[in-house]
This record gives sequence, C-alpha cells and structure tokens, in this order.
Amino acid sequence: MKGARILIESLKREKVDTLFCYNGGSVITIFDELMTHGGSIKQIQPRHEQGGTHAADGYARSTGKPGVVLVTSGPGATNTITGIATAYMDSVPMVIFTGQVSTGMIGTDAFQEADTVGITMPITKANFLVKNVEDLAPTIKKAFHLATTGRPGPVVVDIPKDVQADETEFEYPETADLPGYKPKNVGHPKQIKTLKKMLNECAKPLVLSGGGVISSGSTHLVNRFCDNYGVPVVNTLMGHGVAPENDDLYYGPIGMHGSLYGNYALQECDLLIVLGSRFSDRIMGDPLKFAEQARVVHVDIDAAEIGKNIEVSLPLVGPVKMVLEELIREKSFGDFSGWVEELKEYKDGHPMEYPAEKTLQPQYLIQLARKYFPDDTIVATDVGQNQMWVAQYFRFHHERQFLTSGGLGTMGFGLPAAIGAAVGNPDTQVLAVSGDGGFQMNMQEMATVKRYGLKVKMLILDNSYLGMVRQWQQLLFEKRYSGTQMNDNPDFCMVAQAMGIKSRKLIKLEDAEEAMKALAESEDSMLLHAVITGEENVLPMVPAGKPLDNVIRKM
Amino acid sequence: MGEDKTALTDHIISLLVLNHPGVLSKITSLITRRGFNIDSITAGPTKDKDKFRLTIIVKGDDRGVEQIQKQLYKIVDTVKVMTIHPSRKVEREIGLIKVNAPMGQRNEILQLVNVFKGQILDSGPKGIVVEITGNSEKVDSFLSHFTPQQIAEVARTGIVAMDRWEKNGA
Repeated sequence: MKGARILIESLKREKVDTLFCYNGGSVITIFDELMTHGGSIKQIQPRHEQGGTHAADGYARSTGKPGVVLVTSGPGATNTITGIATAYMDSVPMVIFTGQVSTGMIGTDAFQEADTVGITMPITKANFLVKNVEDLAPTIKKAFHLATTGRPGPVVVDIPKDVQADETEFEYPETADLPGYKPKNVGHPKQIKTLKKMLNECAKPLVLSGGGVISSGSTHLVNRFCDNYGVPVVNTLMGHGVAPENDDLYYGPIGMHGSLYGNYALQECDLLIVLGSRFSDRIMGDPLKFAEQARVVHVDIDAAEIGKNIEVSLPLVGPVKMVLEELIREKSFGDFSGWVEELKEYKDGHPMEYPAEKTLQPQYLIQLARKYFPDDTIVATDVGQNQMWVAQYFRFHHERQFLTSGGLGTMGFGLPAAIGAAVGNPDTQVLAVSGDGGFQMNMQEMATVKRYGLKVKMLILDNSYLGMVRQWQQLLFEKRYSGTQMNDNPDFCMVAQAMGIKSRKLIKLEDAEEAMKALAESEDSMLLHAVITGEENVLPMVPAGKPLDNVIRKM
Repeated sequence: MGEDKTALTDHIISLLVLNHPGVLSKITSLITRRGFNIDSITAGPTKDKDKFRLTIIVKGDDRGVEQIQKQLYKIVDTVKVMTIHPSRKVEREIGLIKVNAPMGQRNEILQLVNVFKGQILDSGPKGIVVEITGNSEKVDSFLSHFTPQQIAEVARTGIVAMDRWEKNGA
C-alpha cells in the first residue's frame, strides 16, 4: 500500500472524522488518495493554513477529540506555526501532518523546503520526520498516543513526498512503542492522604480549577467535590465551565482581570487546592504574594509544572480526575460555612459590574449575548479586551464551552476556532466574539463559514483600537496611543456581504437588544458589527507583577 | 544538600536517551530555551545499542536544575534522567594540549607532564602534544602552568561521570 493511503487508513483507525487540510505540491498524492479512499473523513479546507490550524484547535477544545491538520511543505507548514504554538501553550491535543520535499532533496534548499521538525521543536509535545514508509503507520500511532495522553499537546508528523508514494504492507500497530513515555495514571496515595488531612485541618479551603480540569473531563467532579463538602471554587481563564449546583460556592475567574471576590478568596484562603493549572503570571500577579496565607496543594499531570513558578506545600503529580475521585470518597471534612458566608458577604459588596452609560458598552453586549444565546452556546474569542469581557460577563455552566487562546494570546483565533467548534458540534450554537483588530487577522475564514454552510455567529466589538494595548497606554504611557489606532477599518458588513454572509451594523444602544436577538435566532451564519464606546476599559485590573489585592477599579 | 537553593553551582546531569535522529538537538535546545547554559556535554553509546548516554554539566541553582531535569524527562526519547551528586561522583575528562616547546626548552615541561601523569602523544621540532586525563580540575591545573603564548591548541572532551557503587554500611 502507498504511504499516502497508509496515512488515510491510519486516520480511520484513529477514528478521525474531520481533517482540516490545505493542498499543495508536497501533499498532492495524499489528496489524490483522499478523493478515492477518504471514506467518511470530512475535509474542511480553510483559506489559510493558520485558520485551518486554529479550526482544528477549536474542534479539539470543543469536542475533546484530537484536531487533525494536513498541509503542504515549506510555507504550508510555516503558516501553521502560530496555530501549533497556540495549541501547545494551552495543552490542546492535535496531530499536524506536513508534507516535506523528497528525502533525497532534504537539505538542498529545495523549492518549498523548510526544516519543519526543527522549526516546530519548541512548540510541540513531540515531532517526527518519517524517512521510510515502513515507519509511517507506527509513527502515526505514536503521534495520536502522545497528543491525547498525559498532558495533551500538538504533535507534528513530517512526511516527505517519496515516502507518500513508496509502498509497503499496511499494518496498524496496537500500541505505541515509546519506552521512555510513561504518564502517571494515579496520584501518590500518601500525598492524597496528606491532602485529606490538610482538608480536615483547614478553616478556609479554596479550589482553583484550571485548564487541566477541562482537558481531563473532570469538571463534574470538581462541582461534586465543592457541593459535597461546601468548598468554594474559583477558576483560571482556561478553567471556565466549573459550576457547582450551589451557586454560593462559585467565585468566578481570578487573576489580572479576575473578579474582586475571586481574588479576595485567593488572598484570604488558608488552603488552596490547585487543579490542573500552571500558575501563569496572569493568574499569580506577584508570585511571592500569591495566596500568602495559604498552604498550596498543586495537583497536575505534568511533574515539570509543580514547583516551576511557585513553591508548593504539597506536590501531587497525577491525573486531576483520579485525585478527585479519591477525595470524594470521604464522608466529610470540616465545616466551612463561616468561610463561605464571609465570601458571600464580600461578593455581595463587590459585584462584577461596570458604570453603565447611555452608550453602546461592550460589557452590556456580552450580557445581552448571554441572555439571548442558549445556555450551552460555545463561545470562541480573540485576545484582548473582547476576551476579558466575555470571561467576566458570560457565565459558563459547562466545560468546553469557552474557547480562548489563554497562554499564547493569539489574535485572530476566534473566528477559525469557532469554525472548528461548529464542525465538531453541528447542533450547538457557536458564537465568535472578536475585536476589530483580531477579526481582521483571519477574516478570510468567513469564506470557509460560507463554503460549508456553518452556522457561526460573529460579534465584532469595534472600538477602532487595539483596545487592550490602548488601555495599557492609558494607564502607563499617558494616553500616547502609538500604533493602536484603527480608525480606518474596512466596512465589516460589506466584507461579510462579499463573502456571502448576512450582516448587521449596530450603532445605537436602543437597537442592541433586538440586534442581539436577531444574531442569536438567525438560522444562518451572521455577523453583527457593533460600534462600541471607544475608550472602555477592562476592570478590575491587577497591574502585571503586582499582588492580587492591588486592584485598579477605576481608570 | 540544598542549604542555599539559589546558589549557582555546577550540576552533572546524566541522561539515557533513545538513539533517534535529532535527539541531541532537542535536548540542547530545551536547556537553552529554559535559560541555562551548557558548560560541557558528552555523548556516547551504552551497552544497549539503541541507547545513548549523555553527560551534561550545567550551572544553576538547585531549583532551576530540578526544573531542567523534569523538562528533559518530557522529551519523548528520554529514558532516564539522573543527577550525579558531587560527593558520589567518579568523573574523567581528557585534555589534549599542543604545547609550543622548541627543542632544548622541553625539560621543565616534560617534568610537569610526569607530575600530572600525562602522556606525550606526539612531538615535533616546534613542540609536543600532551594528554592529561583526570577530573576537570586536574586538566585546569595543568593548563595553569603555561602562558597563553606557550599553548598552541587545546581540545577537551568534557566530563563523563557516574555514581559510585554503594559502600557497605554507608
């Protein structure tokens, strides 16, 4: 069997149903085989490989299945780099197949040659150059195994053109031959016992739920743990979706733009149980003053995350899921009702709010979106103010509902990620929220929305600025708005129209409800271009590197 | 061990890796990417032909080096990562030194080579080539006897090291 066909048959064995792919000279053989032997594998072809990679990422984040990409060599591969780095920073399972020039041409600076393995080394969990067709199926097995187990991440498989054409017998291995790779599948029993003891000794416990909770499918267990023992919970940006039945236990997102009450809970707790989070600088502020009064327990599947950014009292390497399952076997821990009462009182006194004006404010639009879109809507965002307003004002109740580039902070992520989510979740509403800057970074993908008839709803919060950077300039550079003004934006509705997508422009506050309702209820994809207040800020804000109780509430 | 976790000291990391293409560059680029400098690195085959042993010397504090070890473990081709504690190490390095030593001016140098239990590997009218084997300090110490003008060339292997056997009753 030809290498190209082996790839396709291997994808079928891995139960891949969707391939985000873009043709080119070095993958032409694979596309040819796809036409005849692709079977039920759905092909989604973006208008740019970056868009395709973000789409595969959005597919993976929203479904939990690995996102699979196929692109050509050279520029095809380099165009995926931002997408791969985005997925790597947020631990998203992906397998990226790249074409390569023939083995005999490697190293000669051939046409469309790039050292894909070299370039992707620091942004992949693993990467492979397949030099013999006999190695192809075993390498694909390894790639899927690595991408989806342990701490998930993107894996690149680089396949030279001659390997695609060479023939060998197809045999898909049952297991991946990886002698050095042994992700932990249980937590250390002694450490879990210590954690139980700590829970019995503490008065003010708090759970910090991170992205690892989502990727391991443990949100329901966090909810159950909190409900069972009356332990309050906060989440990181990547951990959105945790929601105990008892709403009095939920204290929102924390960090730089977290809620006042969430950050208060962090600074006041005496036991902090961190589940699947890597203590990003945007979460910690000042690492020396982070949760100062607390003993910190860090549960993570990746041993290298423990002790990397912060020293912890109790390291617990293992899957979040197993640790939680172990914990919820206990009948009871202490009585934490006084602590919850304290938090509730603080929350009532310091709600997440903004001074309402008689203008079109973005926070209000997000609240409207929450009102008119169904509860299970998947929201993909870009990066910057739009992302933070969604995180603050769109309350999520399910995991895999909020798709955002947390670690790399990639502008242009929203629309293509929404496309991937729409492909993977055809019966769920998908909303892409972008700023005017980020939307223009991948707006060509509206053509992909149109091509596949995807019901993606787009909301542009247009303040004609790169808003978050402008906010920093207001705060730190005396309003010298250098390089952040976007007052020559194109007419987004006309761009949408050119792509065959229904659109509407929203300028007046009094039209907002009706426009948002129309966006939510539209049977087709639709773009709502909202012209918002120019200099609105994301507040509260903890300046970079400052302790979490050093909050700016007004600017 | 570890009274001052932030003091910068040399650490010996011994690494067993699968002999796959690119593994060396994955390891060195990871160490660089995480902000550390490699003082020396050696690589060679082991008793198992699929595996290579790397001995890497990095300067760092205890916490930083622990972080590197954990990151090295995440490279898929890594089979085992160990640090070799200074009190338990046996180490060797070979230094080849080309010394400018015209005929008639060699006696003192030959005596020195003798003291260091070195070997003369080559000799010509302008000078000699000396091999010094021992720990790094020994090679350093030998070199310190010469002025820069006296030394034409130096090639050092870098350290290979391993843990000592457990001592009875230790």
